[in-house]
Amino acid sequence: MPVTNSFTWMIGGPQGSGINSVAENFAKACIRGGLHIFANIEYHSNIKGEHSYYRLRIESKAPRSHVDWVDLLVALDRETIFGDMNKPHPTHRGHRHEVSPGGGIIYDRSLNLTPDSFGRDDIKLFPIPYMDLLVDALKEFGKDKELSKYQVMVNTIALGASLGLADYDFDLATEAIREGFTGRKAALGDLNVSAAKRGYDYAKKSFGEDAFPTKLRKQPLSGKRMMIRGVQAVAIAKLRAGCGFQTYYPITPATDESEYLESHQKDYNMIVVQAEDEISAINMATGAAHAGLRSSTSTSGPGFSLMAEGLGWAGITEAPGPVVVLYQRAGPATGLPTRTEQADLRFALHAAHGEFPRIIIAPGDVVETYYDTFDAFNYAEHYQVPVILLTDKFLASTYQDIAPFNGDSLKVDRGDMVREADLATGTDYRRYRWTELGISPRAIPGQKGGIFWTTGDEHDEYGHITEAPDIRIKMMRKRMRKVELAGQVIPDSKKATLHGPKMAPITLVGWGSSKGAILDGMEDLKNDGIETNFLQVRYVNPFPTNYVQQVLGAARRKIAIENNYSAQMAGLIREKTGIGMDNTIVKFDGRPFSQNEIYEGVKDIIKNGIKEVTVSHA
Amino acid sequence: MLELKTYRTQVHNDWCPGCGDFGIVNAIQMTLLEMQLEPHRVAIFSGIGCSGKTPHFVNAYGFHTLHGRVLPIATGARLANPGLTVVAVGGDGDGLGIGAGHFVNTGRRNLDFTYVLYDNGVYGLTKGQASPTLPKGVKTKSMPGPSIVERVNPIAMAVASGYTFVARSYALDVRHLKQTLRAAIEHRGSAFVDVLQTCPTYNDINTKEWYGGEDLPVKAPRLYKLEDSGYNGVVADPSVTDEVNAKKGNALVKSFEWGDKIPIGVFFKMEVPTFEDQLALRMPALKDKPFVEQDIYNRDITPLLDELT
Repeated sequence: MPVTNSFTWMIGGPQGSGINSVAENFAKACIRGGLHIFANIEYHSNIKGEHSYYRLRIESKAPRSHVDWVDLLVALDRETIFGDMNKPHPTHRGHRHEVSPGGGIIYDRSLNLTPDSFGRDDIKLFPIPYMDLLVDALKEFGKDKELSKYQVMVNTIALGASLGLADYDFDLATEAIREGFTGRKAALGDLNVSAAKRGYDYAKKSFGEDAFPTKLRKQPLSGKRMMIRGVQAVAIAKLRAGCGFQTYYPITPATDESEYLESHQKDYNMIVVQAEDEISAINMATGAAHAGLRSSTSTSGPGFSLMAEGLGWAGITEAPGPVVVLYQRAGPATGLPTRTEQADLRFALHAAHGEFPRIIIAPGDVVETYYDTFDAFNYAEHYQVPVILLTDKFLASTYQDIAPFNGDSLKVDRGDMVREADLATGTDYRRYRWTELGISPRAIPGQKGGIFWTTGDEHDEYGHITEAPDIRIKMMRKRMRKVELAGQVIPDSKKATLHGPKMAPITLVGWGSSKGAILDGMEDLKNDGIETNFLQVRYVNPFPTNYVQQVLGAARRKIAIENNYSAQMAGLIREKTGIGMDNTIVKFDGRPFSQNEIYEGVKDIIKNGIKEVTVSHA
Repeated sequence: MLELKTYRTQVHNDWCPGCGDFGIVNAIQMTLLEMQLEPHRVAIFSGIGCSGKTPHFVNAYGFHTLHGRVLPIATGARLANPGLTVVAVGGDGDGLGIGAGHFVNTGRRNLDFTYVLYDNGVYGLTKGQASPTLPKGVKTKSMPGPSIVERVNPIAMAVASGYTFVARSYALDVRHLKQTLRAAIEHRGSAFVDVLQTCPTYNDINTKEWYGGEDLPVKAPRLYKLEDSGYNGVVADPSVTDEVNAKKGNALVKSFEWGDKIPIGVFFKMEVPTFEDQLALRMPALKDKPFVEQDIYNRDITPLLDELT
């Protein structure tokens, strides 16, 4: 009995071989057939040539993570199969090892590989004459003289072959492919469809219907679905929230977000500025926030390092923003520039000298990313603090299919602002007026009667420099009170979530993008008779101290799961609540947690008695 | 009615007696009055150092920022709120040392604003170290020995970076300074004014007497006005590349004149589209009114969501 609709497909090839578009077309075709996907890419810091791969998990029920095996591997080159073992420090041993027993590999027939060379007798081999099929397709359109120009299209042939082996509805793929070529490029769409169809037919004809055991079948649509990744969720939320000013300096993996915004700025009226560095980026954004526009900047760890100084200025001047989106990647310094990590939690919390209020939110998936980004702008203006949205490369670049956001309930809160009419009556406006809550009504430069001064020096209510100790004490308390206030006002239900049963023998503790793998891994554990629940901490600051204390105080075995070396959230929880973890599962090889790694990590702890587990599928 | 005191604050001024900063802040206030700019329409930005305190003494929106970061913060505020007349000020260390990258890149944008450099050759507030504009071989009072590095040339750097109004004035010639500041503020585009200035406490070389040429064999002021020498740095037709390049070249040559004769006045001026103009070409809605005055809080994102389905 063939397995249906549970399938991990992977395409690998050199950077520049177009694996993105092919994988995303496949994913679209699946979503439109009522299936659900989880698609993540791994790539080198390189423009052309180095190995990259895209993993597409397809399920009948929405997956929230990936797994470390592949049912059908598409190799666009030899390295995808065999790795780069000839290099002094190989980055991978080849994906042939990841193919599940009974799975298969699609590859270029002209590589002339013998079955023995794969070192596996439990997988199926599907050699495809990529070039011959491509030439046939080009001939149909009279372009066979331009073979080198269209060579990249072998990726589409491989996609077709994959669809053929899985016996999936080809029309859905046709639609997805055509959408990539609109207007003057429409003819290219026809050419690509023809190439895919040739791959499809070849696979069916040459290998037979039963060659590959896993089949994909359309299923009823569960309403409208969007295929979205983290950067898009952030960008769309910024537009929805009324952000009018975005700055950035090019950096992986944050730039995609700014480019998305810039490409839509005409329709949505948002100024996007490419700054000379991240120092400038954050300071421009803070200047814009002070001047009355909701503003934001996006970066990754190296850029955030440069932003530390500016963050402090935003803090002491009680700027109504910016919202800083920090896409973590493996550090320190340049680290693993295109790989993921969750190692900037402590850094986000303490960046810049001195003490000042800040709000830090770490969404766990694309849906939370959207709503948290929206909230971030409200907090920035309401509390007049910088807000950091702490996410990572994995969440930024991973596609999921979700129901469209329902934004009806979202309300913009611009905080306490003074009106020109009120200012006209009194002449004594003080930008930093003492108030019970610590929040002073703000004026917008240009307002008559609203003149204020602001300074990175300690200052009085007017914003003029002072070194008076009593004013210093009052001002510090005024500023710091704002995060305490935010802690009281923002409900615990936003700040942390306990997933699964209220009580369980094992409580998993995590934050950010590993949420999905933990949730899926919990199901594997449950199927194995191991009951767990999962405490997801979403607000780093203000920290949900009472709630976490309540949950963990009652928990039995507590296991922290983090994509970093030192289990930073576990440390923070201990600092805030006095409660330590019994075990940790960490991963710091630059790759995100998979579903099976959660299962394997927990098993290692309870079966093998290992206290601190490091997982990696290197 | 606007009068000079409209632009003053009651904030205690802690600059040293005889500091050149007084001349600059006075000139700024007089210029704003002369131009009849209402205080709430003006925003003054500063970096860190003695000059950084300037906004506190001017009754206008005032932003005392970070060391070297005055230009990014002023840029953000100006773009967000283009109804403001933006004047940024800062010391030579602030702008050409720690903030040099911002100095260059802000010039490239040609934002419509004015940047005033307080140029006295020393880091005053940290007690007299050499700043980037101190000539090589010069030793001021508190330095252990003469500077062994070359100075930067602010005028040449400004021209090369793309500022479209580049001038020099002198803090103790308030009349000339006021006239120069006015021309700078009125200029549509990035205006840079290098203000030569004395630091009576730490710069014992480039003193009022030195600028007055009292040490010269034939006593005569070192400073002379470019316009009096027949120099014309104004580009008549910016579309003529040869003219633009020639004028820039002339400005560079003039900018290296230093010693017994030092030019002040307008080195270079050219009217080309500003950063704001170009943003408005991308986003026509900006032509109506700035985004800060528009309702951008109820955007319809449905088309973006549909794009993803």
